[in-house]
This record gives sequence, structure tokens and C-alpha cells, in this order.
Amino acid sequence: MDLYEYQAKDLFHAHGVPVLPGRVVTTSTQARAAAAELGGTVVVKAQVKTGGRGKAGGVQLAATPERAQRTAAAILGMDIRGHTVHRVLVTPACDIVAEYYLSFLLDRTHRRFLAMASVQGGMDIEEVAARTPGALAKVPVDPISGVDAAKATEIVQAAAFPAEVAPAVAEVVRKLWEVFRAEDATLVEVNPLVRDSQGSIIALDAKVTLDDSARFRHPERAELADSAGLNPLEARARARHLNYVKLDGQVGIIGNGAGLVMSTLDVVARAGRAYGGIRPANFLDIGGGADAQVMADGLDIILGDPDVHSVFVNVFGGITACDQVATGIVQALGILGDAAAKPLVVRLDGNNVTEGRRILAQAAHPLVTMVDTMDAAADKAAELAALTCAKGA
Amino acid sequence: MAIFLTKDSKIIVQGMTGSQGRKHTQRMLGAGSQIVGGVTPGKGGQTLDFEGVSVPVFGSVAESMALTGADVSVVFVPPRFAKAAVLEATDAGIELIVVITEGIPVQDTVVFCAHARTSSVGPRIIGPNCPGVISPGASNAGIIPADITGPGRIGLVSKSGTLTYQMMFELRDIGFSTCVGIGGDPVIGTTHIEALQSFENDPDTAAVVMIGEIGGDAEERAADYIKANITKPVIGYIAGFTAPEGKTMGHAGAIVSGSSGTAAAKKDALEAAGVQVGTTPSDTAELMREVMKSLS
Repeated sequence: MDLYEYQAKDLFHAHGVPVLPGRVVTTSTQARAAAAELGGTVVVKAQVKTGGRGKAGGVQLAATPERAQRTAAAILGMDIRGHTVHRVLVTPACDIVAEYYLSFLLDRTHRRFLAMASVQGGMDIEEVAARTPGALAKVPVDPISGVDAAKATEIVQAAAFPAEVAPAVAEVVRKLWEVFRAEDATLVEVNPLVRDSQGSIIALDAKVTLDDSARFRHPERAELADSAGLNPLEARARARHLNYVKLDGQVGIIGNGAGLVMSTLDVVARAGRAYGGIRPANFLDIGGGADAQVMADGLDIILGDPDVHSVFVNVFGGITACDQVATGIVQALGILGDAAAKPLVVRLDGNNVTEGRRILAQAAHPLVTMVDTMDAAADKAAELAALTCAKGA
Repeated sequence: MAIFLTKDSKIIVQGMTGSQGRKHTQRMLGAGSQIVGGVTPGKGGQTLDFEGVSVPVFGSVAESMALTGADVSVVFVPPRFAKAAVLEATDAGIELIVVITEGIPVQDTVVFCAHARTSSVGPRIIGPNCPGVISPGASNAGIIPADITGPGRIGLVSKSGTLTYQMMFELRDIGFSTCVGIGGDPVIGTTHIEALQSFENDPDTAAVVMIGEIGGDAEERAADYIKANITKPVIGYIAGFTAPEGKTMGHAGAIVSGSSGTAAAKKDALEAAGVQVGTTPSDTAELMREVMKSLS
């Protein structure tokens, strides 16, 4: 889960990483009040979970509370790379003397953690790395010994921070590591980390990605979860604990196992080329224990998607038994009744397949077509979607 | 011979007294695995009955090893306790630790993998979030169904459980030496490369199917490794061409970030290394069928 800047700064503050005070507001009137309270020139910053806010005009200075109000009115509701701005952070303007970069992240490739630091902060760090490879120091961090004072000094030296700021930056490095470990993050990033005219080191921006698998260690995080970025179908699926991602095609997909479902999407998109570019409408993995209720929940979500013109249920019974899946489909169609009005193509294989196919054949539901192989079933589902698309048009 | 797991492997199940542990211990026994014990802290001294086979429960991995000579552990304990379980197995000297558990915090995985690298035995960890390892006809450590296919000369390494089953099913008439489910988490103990290296050295494996998916760069690195080190034929399959950027597709590790981790990049890297990549699971199986024909 990615955090908003203001949430990330709250975590920074809790662990002693220096940040400026700020107020998160949702209206321009509140922005004016916040600017008056903070005093002096403020910065109004769009709170969206994407980069490029500055270039898009989502970060602006305001010299007076009146200007803060006008600026907030302009930024609220703005679209930044497909993200609508619902909140802005009002924070004091900073007298920047130098801009640096710091981060800790998970290094998948080497199964360890990585510190990155640079004295050329403030811009896209990938651009910095591409243009001047030597300007971005990458220091591996041993997962067991972590970052102590000596390691922090090593990181600061690797990036060649000026001597006068090195001790203060090393202190921030240690505290940022605390954020990374204590909060179960996969990324903590400060860009820019600045030195102001008083010589203070301050995290002017904050980016944090938390590991969703570690939620059980952080019960307080439930309130950070935000469904603002979710499609309504995704929100409904999440409420039912279904692993669902909305896509832009016409064939609804249900399968078991993440890899098989990803593969099913690909096979449908491939088959769909012959029918004018028919594509999968979603990812839905019903997992190992596909009982009738899970199948009904899944079908309900998918049939409720107006973009869906046909449905492909693709199950390979490993642990899952095909007879249970078949029973689930029949019961789900019974539960949904007339709400189930789109054709279903079902491919079952593996554990108890004979019984599974027998159950579906016996039910002989008019909407259900059984096809024996995955490739042929994908073709059938794409064909049926193209047919109903054409009728609807 | 097979890799990682043979008929002589002596397996303990950490978390055998839980519902998943119990269910899959029964299935592993049914597949002919030597399950010599279970480990559940605080529950040592019990015996569990599996349709007439009684399996002792020990309070610690060290005790189970001293009394049974166990060398493999299959971990079914919940995410909250998984790190402690793997660290315990590592310190006790288990050689192969298969972590089935899904949903382990990635920092825990990084720590237990690092601990394994620096420990004296240096165990191989497979997983987490994986279906385990099966050497058909010899032994099964994990949750891969044993009745899909029998022993043969194809090796299989895959990030995905159900795609493993699908591929075993497609090639069931030829059979497999060993199938290794390495898992779909961002950090895993054994990668494609290590499995490929072992298959290369295994006289009973003639060719390898390698299944990858979006996220990370493990497949690209495997492609480099294949080009430099693997002489046996390798057939590839990659899932996730239609996955949008920035969305996690079921597996915690299956995510395209920016322009990195895409299926197209992985396919291109494999093809550049001379690996034929199938367009669908069936097409992949067909390519492997032709390879096996040419070898016989």
C-alpha cells in the first residue's frame, strides 16, 4: 500500500525524521485557515499517490492566506495522471539551500535491503542515475545487522555529502531506517531532503510503501487504507475478500490460482484478436477453496460489470475438486436467478473432473457452455462476447 | 535421481497439528513421502493418526531431527509464526525447508533467507507462498497433487502453483523428474536459476520447462544464466502480458512497476537466450513434446 505524503510524514515524525508542520484540508476555506494559522508563505501540495505533482501544477507557493485559498481551489479537483485531488497539504515554505536524496528499499533481486543516497536531490532520481551514474550511491544493507551509526556514516560517505551536513544527515539515515523496519515498509524515500538557510536538515517530501502482508503487526493501519483510488467493482470485491482487478475488456474471468488466472487473461486476449480485439474484463482468483458461496460472490461481481458480455470460468482442480466448483456454479446461477443473463463458458480439468462435468451437464443451464481445453474455451468466450457486443451495438 | 527431493528424504511437517498441516500430511503420505514427524511447539509427545499410519509430534525441530534423522521440513505455520519456524529449522540443521505459507511479511522472508545464507548448514529454502516440490513416484513435500502424472525426464520450475499443475497435466504421458514450485512472493529462497542449475546436473532430467510471470527480474537473470550455463533444452512460458501497470495480480510479487517486470521483457530475454517461449500453456507443452521427441 502506497501512502499519501501527509501519512508518510506522520510516520517520519513518529520516528524522529525531521519534517515541517502541516495541515491536511479538503476545502479551499480550510486551506486559508491553515495558511493563516501557520503564518508566512506556505506551499499548497496536492495529495495524490503518483509522481509528477510539481510538473502538473499540483504544488504551488502562496504568500498570503487569500492566495492559499485561491491556490487550493485550483488544485482541489485537479486530475494528475488519472488521480483526482481530494486533499491538499498546507505547509510552511522552506528556504532551500541544498537538495539531497535518501531512500531505503527492498532489493528483490539480491534478497536484501538497499540504501540509496545522492547530493543531487529534487529531481527524478532515475534521471539523475541515468545521466550521472556516479551521483547516486547504492549501498547494500545486511538484513540482520541493519543500519547502525557506522553503517549510516558509510551511506553518507558513499554519496559524498558535504562535511558540514554529514553528521546530521547520518542521523536522518538512521531514523529513516527505523521507519523502514518498524513500519514494515518496502520503500521509504525522501526527495528532496533539504538543508535550509538555518542549516537544518528537513524531509520536504515523503514517499512510503507499506507491505500489505505485514498488516497483522500494525492493527492501527486499518485507517490508512483508502478506497478512493478503487473502481467501485474493486471496492465491492474487496469487501467480499475476493482477489479482483478490473480491466478494460469484455470477457469476465474467474479462475483458481494467480498464475493460471494471469495466463487465462493472456489466452483470452490472444483468442480475442480474431473477433475484433475482444479482451479480458477483469482478473479474479477464487483461490484454493472454491465453494459455492465464493463462486456466487465472484459471478455476482462479474455479472454486475456492464462491460462484461461473456464469462470464462477456468479451473484446474489441484486441491480444489471440480465437482465442488461445478456445484458452486450451479448454485450460484440459482442464487443469482434472472440477474445472471450473460453466457458462461466453463473449462474444468484435474481433480474429480468427470463428476464436475457430469454435474454441469445434468444441470444443463441454458447459459452454460462446457469446453474441454483452455485454448478452445477462451476462443468460445471471445466469440460469445463479440456476438453480444454486436447485438448490443 | 531427481533434484532436491528423493525417496530417501525424511520429512517433518512444521505445523502438522493445524488443519492445513493435517490435511496435506495425509496427502503426502498417500504419495509415498516418508513423513517422520510433525513439529508444534508445546504439543510434543502426541501422536497423530493418518489412516492407520501414526506420526509423532515433537516440540522442536532439533528434537525431531535427533530422533528421526529428518533432513527436510515442510512449513505450514501461519504468517505470524513463519519466521520463527524457519529460523528454528535453519539453526537445527535441516537441509531443505519448503515454506508453503502465504502472506509472510517480506521483511521476515528477507531475514530468514539471510540467516540461512550465513548459517553453518546453509539450508535450501523453497518458497514462501509456494506449492512445494514433488519428485513423482519418489516423494512429495508440499501440496502439489501427486496423482496428476508420474516419473519421467522433464524438469519443471514455476512461480505459479496452478500453472504447475496445468503443465504436469498437459505432459502427463511423458512425466517429470522433479517439479519445483518456487513461489510468487517478491523475495523467495530458491529462484529459477538455482533450479535450472540443479536440473542441468541431474542425469535423470533431459529438458526443463520454466514458468515465469510478471514482476522482478528473475526471468531475465535466468535467461542470462541459461545462455551461459545450461546445455539441456529449456522451454519457457510467461504469464501476465495483459496485466496493467501498478496492480498486484494475486501473487504479492506479480506487479509491473513502471516499465520493469513486464511479461514482454521476460519473453524477449528468454528468446534472446535461445529459449523457445510458448504462447499458451498448451502451446508450451507442445513445444516440450517436440523437444522430447527429438531427444528420444
